[in-house]
Amino acid sequence: MAVTEQSPAVPVVEASEATPRREVMYRHSAVVRVTHWINALCLALLLMSGLRLFNYHPALYWGNYGYSGVPSFIAIGSVEDAEKDELAGITRIGDWSFVTTGVLGVSADPDGDPAAMAFPNWATLPGGPGLALARDWHFALAWLFALNGAVYLVFGLLSGHFRRDLAPAAGELSPRHILAEVWDHIRLRRPRGEAARHYNVLQKFAYIVVIFVLLPVMVLTGLTMSPAVTAAVPVLFDMFGGRQSARTIHFLVANVLVLFVLVHVVQVVIAGAFNGMRSMITGRYVVKPERGA
Amino acid sequence: MRPLMTRRKMITAGAAAAAAPLLGGCDLQLSDAPQFRWFLDLGQAASLRLQRLLLAGQPLVREYTMADISPDFPPNGTAMPPSPLYRQMMMRGFENWQLTVDGLVRKPLTLTLEDIRAMPARTQITMHNCDEGWSAIGQWTGVQLSRVLAEAELAPEARYVVFYCIDELVRTPDRSGFYYESLDLFDALHPQTILAYGMNGNPLPVRHGAPLRLRVERQVGYKHAKYLNRIEAVERLDRIGKGKGGFWEDRGYQWYAGL
Repeated sequence: MAVTEQSPAVPVVEASEATPRREVMYRHSAVVRVTHWINALCLALLLMSGLRLFNYHPALYWGNYGYSGVPSFIAIGSVEDAEKDELAGITRIGDWSFVTTGVLGVSADPDGDPAAMAFPNWATLPGGPGLALARDWHFALAWLFALNGAVYLVFGLLSGHFRRDLAPAAGELSPRHILAEVWDHIRLRRPRGEAARHYNVLQKFAYIVVIFVLLPVMVLTGLTMSPAVTAAVPVLFDMFGGRQSARTIHFLVANVLVLFVLVHVVQVVIAGAFNGMRSMITGRYVVKPERGA
Repeated sequence: MRPLMTRRKMITAGAAAAAAPLLGGCDLQLSDAPQFRWFLDLGQAASLRLQRLLLAGQPLVREYTMADISPDFPPNGTAMPPSPLYRQMMMRGFENWQLTVDGLVRKPLTLTLEDIRAMPARTQITMHNCDEGWSAIGQWTGVQLSRVLAEAELAPEARYVVFYCIDELVRTPDRSGFYYESLDLFDALHPQTILAYGMNGNPLPVRHGAPLRLRVERQVGYKHAKYLNRIEAVERLDRIGKGKGGFWEDRGYQWYAGL
């Protein structure tokens, strides 16, 4: 799967001589494209099965132990309003409580009646009670996710993908350059010309943090919840501050990943949804000429 | 058995399966559909293999100090077996309770609580992990299961140890709702796998499985059978209960629960 620095695609010259060249480049190698979509599928289903698992004990603690009665700093629950004879969903973060009826704490059961559950059925896998099934899905998907990630990491190292596409280039790390890119992002400016041929430095930062920090932390905190794995590797407890701390970090980082995906999708739309999707499916990406070029 | 599928149902199911990854809140039947079962089973098998590899040297789980013991320890499953016989044994301090050790052993045993207390004891402060997500730390005192099995002299064909319980978690006319569990010898013979009669320095409380419960520290909570009255060594599990190796296993839960 050789990926060359220059695109193998033939530049396409537009009909009119007057308009600048519109070039099609080969942006994503097959390995990157395939692992990207397997990863996307895994993360979506891992999130959904993870939310179902969370529903079985919807509270987060720090340290090694945590159960109903131990102070939690995030909890999703419900209270019965005796006067109105209604259930209210309450989400608590530290000392702050929010009424989240309809989505968190209380949401519709299959008959459409309000029922006490942390995350709603429509967001979870399975879409109803099923702890054993949620565990099966979560762990099987974790295997697929980890193997897929391993393929990507080995490929990224050996092919030069990380060095060429993710490592910030000399000059990209200057405050001036970074500020200029932040300004471009604020103005939602689409990249053109040379700038469109490679990731911008904010994009590189985001990808580096997700690939080398957040996703590995998800794997490690997940493993810290396994009594068999921690028997073999007890240092995991020390890395994350205990079993419940690992569970809490696992949940919070999952939230950060959801945020990343949302921003990622918005950015793809801003940069050109069709072009972006095509480049991640077929590899081909159209670079628009710089204005005034 | 599920009713036979109608054609419309088949088409709907097929389309739904194809769209599964795109659906929010995959419905229960879809996520439980037979066409995904191989994937879930493969995941289970991979986890067992990898964890057995990781645990090949039979490491001990981390043990804690008295200061680490959690203020409370929630009971799960049965908190008070409903049978009059159990109540009567409880009133008498379990002096008429007995543990039978039989099956593929050369010397079947019948042990009283006194007999078990007289055996060499192991005390360990460990973390209990419930598959629901909570955890608690407690101190357990008991006899290593390996000692009991050595005394009974396991036959070479024995591959699993089945734990039968006094508590009927689900009351059904066919009496199939009694709790039971099973381990293979890899976990049964581990030094921290004990039959516990003491907790936090006291006799094992009723809600935690008095007079005797299993502790199998490298697996999650439901493997730790409470209210034991019989241990049987067997070659295979498929003729016991509904054949999956435990009360929860018969209801869809994983037999190997190291994660």
